Amino acid sequence: MSGQALLRRLALVPVTLFGVALVVFVLLRIIPGDPILLMAGPGASAADLQSLRESFGLDKSIPLQFLLWLRDLFHGDLGRSISFRGDVVQVVVERMPPTLELVFIALMLAMTFGGALALLGSYFRGGKVEWIVDGIIALFQSVPDFLLALLLILLCTVVFSLLPGSGRIDPALQVDFKTQFYIFESLFTGRFDVLGGLLAHIALPSLALALPFASMIARVLKASLGDAEKQDYTAMARSRGYHESRILMVESLPNALIPAASLTGIQLTFLLAGTVLVERIFGYPGIGNLAMDAVSSRDLPLLQGIILAFAVLFVAVNLLSDLIVVALNPRLRNG
Amino acid sequence: MADITGANWFARRPRLVALPRFRLRLNARAAIGGSFVLLVCASALLARWLAPHPPLDQDLMNALVPPFWLDGGDISFPLGTDDLGRDILSRILYGARITMTIALLSAIVACIVGSMVGLVAGFYGGVVDQIVSRMIDTWVAFPPVLLAIVLSAMLGAGITSVVIAIAVVDWTRFARIIRAEAQVQAQMDYVAASHILGLRRAAIMMLEVLPNIMPLIVTLLTVEMGIAAVVESVLSFAGETVAGDYPTWGSMIAAGRGTIHHGWWLLVFPSVCLIATVLSFNLLGDGLRRLIDPVHR
Repeated sequence: MSGQALLRRLALVPVTLFGVALVVFVLLRIIPGDPILLMAGPGASAADLQSLRESFGLDKSIPLQFLLWLRDLFHGDLGRSISFRGDVVQVVVERMPPTLELVFIALMLAMTFGGALALLGSYFRGGKVEWIVDGIIALFQSVPDFLLALLLILLCTVVFSLLPGSGRIDPALQVDFKTQFYIFESLFTGRFDVLGGLLAHIALPSLALALPFASMIARVLKASLGDAEKQDYTAMARSRGYHESRILMVESLPNALIPAASLTGIQLTFLLAGTVLVERIFGYPGIGNLAMDAVSSRDLPLLQGIILAFAVLFVAVNLLSDLIVVALNPRLRNG
Repeated sequence: MADITGANWFARRPRLVALPRFRLRLNARAAIGGSFVLLVCASALLARWLAPHPPLDQDLMNALVPPFWLDGGDISFPLGTDDLGRDILSRILYGARITMTIALLSAIVACIVGSMVGLVAGFYGGVVDQIVSRMIDTWVAFPPVLLAIVLSAMLGAGITSVVIAIAVVDWTRFARIIRAEAQVQAQMDYVAASHILGLRRAAIMMLEVLPNIMPLIVTLLTVEMGIAAVVESVLSFAGETVAGDYPTWGSMIAAGRGTIHHGWWLLVFPSVCLIATVLSFNLLGDGLRRLIDPVHR
């Protein structure tokens, strides 16, 4: 992607976000089930319901509600959550850091495992090892993350009691964190006693997210390593007598990384989306778990905020991955 | 070499017939994946005769019986029973009906909608393409799982609403790829030739371009069936039930989560079935791609 194309992408970001806002709004207005009725409880009178409805702005016409909502959106005001009775932006921002930590660790694990699998399969191309690597890739691509989460709990928590299967931190632990980024904070403040417990808690959910993603990375990277293998520069390096491992790491890998990085960026959104169920299953207090709460309590303002937050993350991740691809590919740098 | 006399006609003809068979033999993936998919379809259709028990029959005296090879197992409940004493094997067989129905139906709906939108956008270009591209951008910015859950919560229970939810979320998978392919095809010589022959654009698109993209569409469709099977179980798992009491793999997995400490078989058997089904669809799609794609032949 050249510089100009990148600018065009940037210009389209507001259009996409407006589209998301519009779709979210329309979608959530046609959900059956009255959130006000749920909130007020069975004993509420008609007048109570009416005043509640007015206080949440739900008595106005739908187009007017959208315009008002859009105006507030520009002021960073997404309304008040019905079930949490607090500011939506505040609730979402508070729950975002745990999810970001989870996604970050899952991404690191996925890149490590995926890269290792692809290199292993490519180095032993044509042999039994490649066959096994292909099998692992095919298998983990077919295991949905929520199922992997359950099977990991069964294996690592129930059968072998190795790792905790729920929560983010040992509830008995009294730690005063200043930020919501527990892992980063304990890392930088040198609280390694706390860090161990935090990592143990995050291990299973991040593995559940990482393994299917790792197999995707491995498949793409292995295919592009295979393409690089057929190029003239590899033949050149081989004719110079370089060792196969050097050819793989120094000649093929830098070129093969480009398509893999590009696809990782696109597919990262699926990893983000996977947090919805995985966080639910592990009782991990992130934004995905919050989303499920918002669905079951029909908390429309909160749900809008969460979906918008996801959309902003998705768009940001896609832009970032485009930038990384430009940085990795020297041919695109002066575009 | 051109065969002018026709002397080799008989010699050549068998090869034309044998060629596809040869390719199929080469492709173990398609064969393995395809036969397992057929097996699941068959067990769904024949569940009434294959299942040892009615899937809803509760037998509280026989609750949480383990699979037959374990201590306390009972051969009349080959894969054990759940916490209400219902036979797991029978529920899996009946559950295959919902899973396969939804996988096939929603993938086909998403395929038709997505492919047509992508084809029109890619072939015609211009304003249509701009609008479709913006729609795809918007759709892709949604978390797919959450969108499907919200949609099916909105549409209520039932197979139709799950099919609609999956199609609404997943049509972009087809539209994105078919659009790009249609753009490539629109530049090809055969399209220009058809223009010169005086064919109308719509006719060129449907009669000339579509058949050329068909193999790609079929491959995408197969993979989408696996994805739809997962989404169905995700929805059942999230409590947006498909069919109330009727067993589905997703609802069985959700129930298995509750008994994870004292009845692993409730979780493991439906999970294995789901994974094997998705794997088969992926293998079938991958195999078909290799058959179709000249690079892999």
